[in-house]
Amino acid sequence: MNAPLLTYITFLPLLGILLILFISQRSESGKDVIRSLALVTSIVVFLVSLRIYFAFDPNVAGFQLVEKHPWIPSYGIGYFMGIDGLSLWLVLLTTFLTPLTILSTWNAISDRVKEFQVLMLLLETAMIGAFVSLDLLLFYVFWELMLIPMYLIIGVWGGKQRIYAAIKFFLYTAVGSLLMLVCIVGLVYFHQRETGVLTFNLLELYGTHLSRIYEILFFAAFALAFAVKVPMFPVHTWLPDAHVQAPTAGSVILAGVLLKMGTYGFFRFAMPLFPEGSAFFSPLIITLAVIGIVYGAMVAMVQPDAKKLVAYSSISHLGYCMLGLYALTPRAVEGSILQMINHGISTGALFLLVGVVYEKRHTHEIKEFGGLARVMPVYAAIFFIITLSSIGFPTTNGFIGEFLILLGTFEVNKVAAIFAASGAILGALYMLWMYQRLFFGEVTNPKNKKLHDLTLREVVYLVPLVVMVFWIGLYPNFFLNKMHRSVDHFISQVKVSAPLSPTAVMERHASIHKTPLYMSVAEE
Amino acid sequence: MEGYIFLIPLLPLIGFLINGLFGQKIGKWMITYIGCSSIGLAFLTSVLIVYHMLCLPVGERQFTQVLWHWITVGNLHIDLAFMLDPLSAVMILVVTGVSFVIHIYSKGYMAHDESYWRYYAYLNMFVFFMTVLILGANYVVMFVGWEGVGLASYLLIGFWYKENLIADAGKKAFIVNRVGDFGFLLGMFLIFVTFGSLSYTELFPKVLHMYEHGLLAMNSPVMIAICLLLFVGATGKSAQIPLYVWLPDAMAGPTPVSALIHAATMVTAGVYMVARTNILYTLAPTALLVMSLMSAATAFIAATIGVLQYDIKRVLAYSTVSQLGYMFIGVSVLAYSAGIFHLMSHAFFKACLFLCAGAVMHAMRGDLDMRDMGGLAKKMPITYVTMLFASLAISGIPPFSGFFSKDEVLGKAFMFPYYPVVGKIVWFIGLAAAGITAFYMFRLMFMTFHGEFRGTEEEARHVHEMPFSMTGPLMVLAFLSLVGGWVGIPEVMNSLFPFHVTNLFENFLDPVFEHSHEIVAGFVTIPHYSSTVEWILMSSSVAVGIGGICLAYYIYICHPDTLPQKLAHTFALHYKLIYNKYYIDEIYYHVVVLPFYFLSTFCWKVIDAFLIDGVGVNGQAWWVQRGSRAVGLVQNGYVQTYGAFMLLGLVMMLWFFIF
Repeated sequence: MNAPLLTYITFLPLLGILLILFISQRSESGKDVIRSLALVTSIVVFLVSLRIYFAFDPNVAGFQLVEKHPWIPSYGIGYFMGIDGLSLWLVLLTTFLTPLTILSTWNAISDRVKEFQVLMLLLETAMIGAFVSLDLLLFYVFWELMLIPMYLIIGVWGGKQRIYAAIKFFLYTAVGSLLMLVCIVGLVYFHQRETGVLTFNLLELYGTHLSRIYEILFFAAFALAFAVKVPMFPVHTWLPDAHVQAPTAGSVILAGVLLKMGTYGFFRFAMPLFPEGSAFFSPLIITLAVIGIVYGAMVAMVQPDAKKLVAYSSISHLGYCMLGLYALTPRAVEGSILQMINHGISTGALFLLVGVVYEKRHTHEIKEFGGLARVMPVYAAIFFIITLSSIGFPTTNGFIGEFLILLGTFEVNKVAAIFAASGAILGALYMLWMYQRLFFGEVTNPKNKKLHDLTLREVVYLVPLVVMVFWIGLYPNFFLNKMHRSVDHFISQVKVSAPLSPTAVMERHASIHKTPLYMSVAEE
Repeated sequence: MEGYIFLIPLLPLIGFLINGLFGQKIGKWMITYIGCSSIGLAFLTSVLIVYHMLCLPVGERQFTQVLWHWITVGNLHIDLAFMLDPLSAVMILVVTGVSFVIHIYSKGYMAHDESYWRYYAYLNMFVFFMTVLILGANYVVMFVGWEGVGLASYLLIGFWYKENLIADAGKKAFIVNRVGDFGFLLGMFLIFVTFGSLSYTELFPKVLHMYEHGLLAMNSPVMIAICLLLFVGATGKSAQIPLYVWLPDAMAGPTPVSALIHAATMVTAGVYMVARTNILYTLAPTALLVMSLMSAATAFIAATIGVLQYDIKRVLAYSTVSQLGYMFIGVSVLAYSAGIFHLMSHAFFKACLFLCAGAVMHAMRGDLDMRDMGGLAKKMPITYVTMLFASLAISGIPPFSGFFSKDEVLGKAFMFPYYPVVGKIVWFIGLAAAGITAFYMFRLMFMTFHGEFRGTEEEARHVHEMPFSMTGPLMVLAFLSLVGGWVGIPEVMNSLFPFHVTNLFENFLDPVFEHSHEIVAGFVTIPHYSSTVEWILMSSSVAVGIGGICLAYYIYICHPDTLPQKLAHTFALHYKLIYNKYYIDEIYYHVVVLPFYFLSTFCWKVIDAFLIDGVGVNGQAWWVQRGSRAVGLVQNGYVQTYGAFMLLGLVMMLWFFIF
């Protein structure tokens, strides 16, 4: 086997932390060294992570770059990692966003720089770890590990109500996770009773036969844990508070990556582990997803606070992701995965952009601004491009995701697709309205007259996002090509009883018979 | 030659990128040069490619060029591909040609604007998206252009964004268009789900094949649904009832933009889309029925509103809505080529009208109110004559272009094969609207150019003829307004000419529409009317046009001071209703916008903040706190409490054992 790439990527940030711990932050130059170290570490992680793109074979349905070692053998717990067509992109998204985010904190975080950067890197490790873990307990460890740095980032560096927001965030997420832990143990127990093997290996657990009632119960617990993270209506109210209170970097990572943990959890665990339970709740989840799309957009529209508006728009966008996952057609699921990446890019960028003026004016109130297009033209132009991406304008990434999700959903559920498509109108409404209030009109507030345009550093961390917006928008096949097999495999795992359309059967047949499943596992 | 199609959109894109990225640094002369030459070259390329196409036999006049595979998932294959056939050839020539003329005109018109570079960048971007819309070889690429021109329109309407009202107009246009796009999107989905393809070259043959083999019935519900959903998209983009409300507001943008985007090209995208989809529409007569009635209503209602407007651009805006109604009448009575024909001649004369209005506005220092004008003909002779040409064209006076195209639309409506009676009704409404059109156009002409000047002294001194960079384009367009219709002379007029004339335009487009004609011929017997009927139809529309002009002359030249007021007084109620545009905007505001806003606020304040967060999340915390305090009483360390609990337990046990 080659170098353990996934382990490298996961734990490289810890190496950076180790270095940072030796630097004193008493002086300004010390702080700069810490920042630079954090930035360099995250860039190195990103560069190393690019290798997994090249190492990933799009023709394999199963997991790749697998690393498997015993960890606590007596309980069947292993150090088991691997990626498929979804986690590949989510890992890359994480490693892509982290350096940009760290760059954005250069001036914004001047207090306890060391602690902050350490937490950021720790968070990166936890996020990547959660995306690549294929052992349920290992996953759970990373999953809970993510909570701590984010809790502290919000609670220490946040706004006025940071403590309330941090605790709300923590409790919301923890309640769901604990139930999930119970069900993980339950699942392992049932699996042992059935096969006599005690294991937390996800791939072996996939086939476990559960009675219907346990399927439903276990799915409900898993789904709750993940739905809070997504967040789905009506367990979403931690999100606006957390976002508004969190420092910019926290919001970016929260929206960009942490929310994807929820959809990722559905894709990797909840749905394929308990297909019957998933099917049972499918109408409810589809309904909640559609409600989330429309409701999130409507509430976003009437927000007086730009950051809160973006937060609610996240609820709407993640609604699309959930809808796509549950439509269970290749187009919808691939659209959903693409939309996860898109959301990370566009909403991450929106938070960064809002952060830019927050740094200067210390407010996100929309009515504090107006006429910024004249004072900050470059800022206005980039903001506009990201706005377009967020409203799903063709040639940007948002369009491809929404189009595939809506088309794929329309194939199986016309009503849901029609309601969801109306979200596109509302998306344009709240985004353009916000844009108008921020940028158009005369500069009414004298405080805004002297704002200067983007600095080079700000341009450096925004331009990569703009490039991604058009890259995905114009050549999405680059991304989709690596998803096809994994998505077909996912659909075949989850779709239990529902009759398939002939084309789907053919597509699936072709995909399964060209390549054996779990090929890389079998090699071991 | 087909390998060069991509140049047509690429050139404007390059112009946009250069002007957009570096426009602030390169100076006005360079901006103009890049902005105009990119479009000029695109026009030249189009001409060359279309010429090449004309040299080919009729059956081979279709090129496609695949740039790259865009979205591929399962059996969904969407290529970024362009297609040129006679229909897109006509469109691309009209669009790049008129764009070029208007780009040149803009040089003078926008000369003193501080954001000159931004203007040309947006304008180039518009042409890029418009050409993508036209050349797209499948519905998704068309949709890219479709939304893209909406974006360009948004940016250009809100060009002077410092004023909030103007920015509002831009936003309104975008949102209303999004509502239409919602229909377009669903229509696309339904096409894909039903036929498994979105590419023209696969879809249409497949539909034909299915129809011929009995797998697809005439007027099947799914076809009606597809066609009506796509038509919803068209009502947004092409400003038809009920989504026309954004177009009059769009006049807030610079006038050349109104000429190019909101008259000549973008708003006709819906007509093009229907013509492109003609095979599907032909198979859905019910959809056509609905469309023909709605577009006739649009043509009529918008024309009536135009009669009482005083803002010169608003008159033209409502006139555009009304004329678009004619185009839709054309395509919805199965006369696809007639609809496209009117699209073309309208592009010429309406662009000319708007540019003339721009010249007048320039001369009047931005004043658009016709009540302040009058007698401008003497000071602006070129503008006057060119605008007169265009007005005669829109009024349908022979031999101007509008006569041929409007007459063909109305004539074909009269002979609507699917619903002959409805066809006659539509014809009659269209005829009435034609009279009103002639009336309001000449009301505009007389109020603006004839009589005494009614503005201020200062304005009077400022009024002057425009420089050649502006009058040149006017003359070109006026010339086209005159001769543009001569490519489509109806066969019935053969007797008037010493040589044989054919309807060149219709013949050229025939390969695109021939299958539709075959379907119609196979489904119903096409009613045949003698040439006498055609002559009567023709002369009636000319008579109505002349009647309208005479009426305008009588009211605004013979009795300009008394009669308008007297009429307004006599028909006070109607006057008020029409003057206020039937209160449509107000109705939308109160019925749609406000309730929606309140509902959203309700969701936020009541459901989110009060129910979920207050009662649910924080409420739980409250209960946990209270509950733990209550349970805490059990262990509060006071002997008395413990005694009381013991006693209570004892009593309960006794109760339990005794009873």
